[in-house]
Amino acid sequence: MNTADTKPDLAQVIDAPEPTPVLQVNNLDVSYYTDSGRAKALDDLSFTLNAGEKLGIVGESGSGKSTLALAMMRMIKAPGRIDGGQVRVDDTNLTALDDETMRKARLMKIAYIPQGAMNSLNPVMRIGAQMVDAVISHVEKEPKSAIVERCMLALESVDLPRSAFRMFPHELSGGMKQRVCIAIGILLQPQVIIADEPTSALDVVTQRQVMETIDRVREKINAAVILIGHDMGLMAQFVDRVAVMYAGRLVEVSTVREMFTAPKHPYSKALINCLPNLENKGVFQGIPGLAPSLLRLPGGCAFHPRCAQVMDICRSRRPETTVEPNGRTVICHLIKQEAEIGQPS
Amino acid sequence: MANLLELNNVSKTYSHGIIKKDSTVALRDISLTLREDEPSILTVAGESGSGKTTLAMLLLGFITPTTGQIIYRGKDISKLRGQEKLAFRREVQAVFQDPFAVFNPFYTVDHLLTVPIKKFKLAKSKAEARDKMDEALTAVGLRPEDIIGRFPHQLSGGQRQRINVARALLLKPRLLIADEPVSMVDASLRASILETLRNLQRDHGVSIIYITHDLTTAYHIAKSIIVLYRGGVMEAGDVETVIKNPQHPYTRLLIDSIPWPNLEQRWGAQKIITREAGAVSGGCPFYSRCAKAMDRCKTPAPMYRLAPFQTASCYLYEGHEQMDAAQLSETLPV
Repeated sequence: MNTADTKPDLAQVIDAPEPTPVLQVNNLDVSYYTDSGRAKALDDLSFTLNAGEKLGIVGESGSGKSTLALAMMRMIKAPGRIDGGQVRVDDTNLTALDDETMRKARLMKIAYIPQGAMNSLNPVMRIGAQMVDAVISHVEKEPKSAIVERCMLALESVDLPRSAFRMFPHELSGGMKQRVCIAIGILLQPQVIIADEPTSALDVVTQRQVMETIDRVREKINAAVILIGHDMGLMAQFVDRVAVMYAGRLVEVSTVREMFTAPKHPYSKALINCLPNLENKGVFQGIPGLAPSLLRLPGGCAFHPRCAQVMDICRSRRPETTVEPNGRTVICHLIKQEAEIGQPS
Repeated sequence: MANLLELNNVSKTYSHGIIKKDSTVALRDISLTLREDEPSILTVAGESGSGKTTLAMLLLGFITPTTGQIIYRGKDISKLRGQEKLAFRREVQAVFQDPFAVFNPFYTVDHLLTVPIKKFKLAKSKAEARDKMDEALTAVGLRPEDIIGRFPHQLSGGQRQRINVARALLLKPRLLIADEPVSMVDASLRASILETLRNLQRDHGVSIIYITHDLTTAYHIAKSIIVLYRGGVMEAGDVETVIKNPQHPYTRLLIDSIPWPNLEQRWGAQKIITREAGAVSGGCPFYSRCAKAMDRCKTPAPMYRLAPFQTASCYLYEGHEQMDAAQLSETLPV
């Protein structure tokens, strides 16, 4: 796989000496107002992402990963609502845009490849017609031939033949359909691409192919990629930084190397340990308990009922974010303690 | 010797078109034996389109083989009628890939458990039925009070999949066909579902055919493995040998593509050759994607026995002892 530091040709447009964050998420709060109460799906969530960077967001189902993706796209539907915070792409604050401008910003600035994207294609429309639709609704006054050419180039960049343009979705395999969705995602060269479990139903060989495709187009248009998933193995192979999500908070954000050599949050450790490897045959190490319901979160740290290193303070006090000098953030009382022992003040 | 299940040279061809018959070989000449006295877990691995699901459908009797026979406890399953058919339906259970599709959204999830209880008359009273349901749900690590009376959309994928396993458990089957049971479940829950399956085999004596594309879980749960590609057996044998020391180029590609949670073990440099349209028919199914393809691969390769518990269908191993496709089971330890 290519590494991030090989300079892609198109990236020369952006030759900023300092990597500037292309995406900034500040104090994002999202809640679902259900009949049985308010479920806080995203709780004061912040992170930044540089151009060309790959961030992985991992967590169990129900941890708020997909809500985060939808909130960034401003596609949260009732009873959900963005209660506060900002999503900035470049200098545009997406949360302040009116609906029409936001519709334009989707795909132009920020693209979303949804979970099971291959089932999102219209079965009775040709691939090409669906791609052209996407372009027309965002770019006015582009001649038809230019639009078609744009679509063809997008198909080529995901390694599909030009003939796919005239095909129907059922004529393509699952992996190919997934690549069509990636092609649609990059049609307008967005700065941020959010891929929500792009490979969850694909086999390993196709998975590798799809991930390599995403990586190649990322380099080509120098976009930042957010990969959402629950498979730590895929994260190790693909991303630069990993964010671990639990009950609506990013409990640990660190580089992939730090995450796999020295995970700090007990939940990150558990996630890495539950993956099978070839050394411990027949050992099944799940994470005990279930992900908590957002309607009745446990007091203190939300992870404490399942935590192996639980302390008294975890049951009563909500842990705050600790930022380390290299930008790594952890939300855990253990870290606080370590720091206090290290430098008594 | 009592055999639970016997597959004798089973092939399945799907054909369509009225005038010009187009046909796809989904499964090619598979022979396999499962012993009744030694419950085991057998993995059938392969990518999409390899014929894994066709095999599951054949074993469940949903479709009939084009050629060959499937014998369940001495009887051809396509000829079962009446009571025998009912017994077969009860003793051979399935867990499918998609935990979302098997539920009827209009019923509470209890429906999935009460129907088999009624159908197979497992309980005499409502209270007994409820006890049975509670017992099965607890066995798969669910709290009955969280599950009973809920609608499918109120449960997570992992919970739903475990209800499916609970349903299979309820019927005390002899054979469980698990078709990709964990591919749509969180990594953290996979472990517990797989453990449930293994306990089913160990404690309840259920034989399991575990169909998957994920070789890491296969390695942990199974004793033996068959690797399929486009309907043909590419490699088979002891799971330990096949996964740690793969011989067939296809198995190598599969193992090379596993995303290991290890920074030192990167995705391999082996380039993926994309499938070409109109592959050579009749030859090795992997021919068009194989980096080591030779001219003679245009004719199908026989099985070569590489070790007591390993066999591969590839001309690269020509020097080894050749074996008949019907002897496949000999290379699968139980």
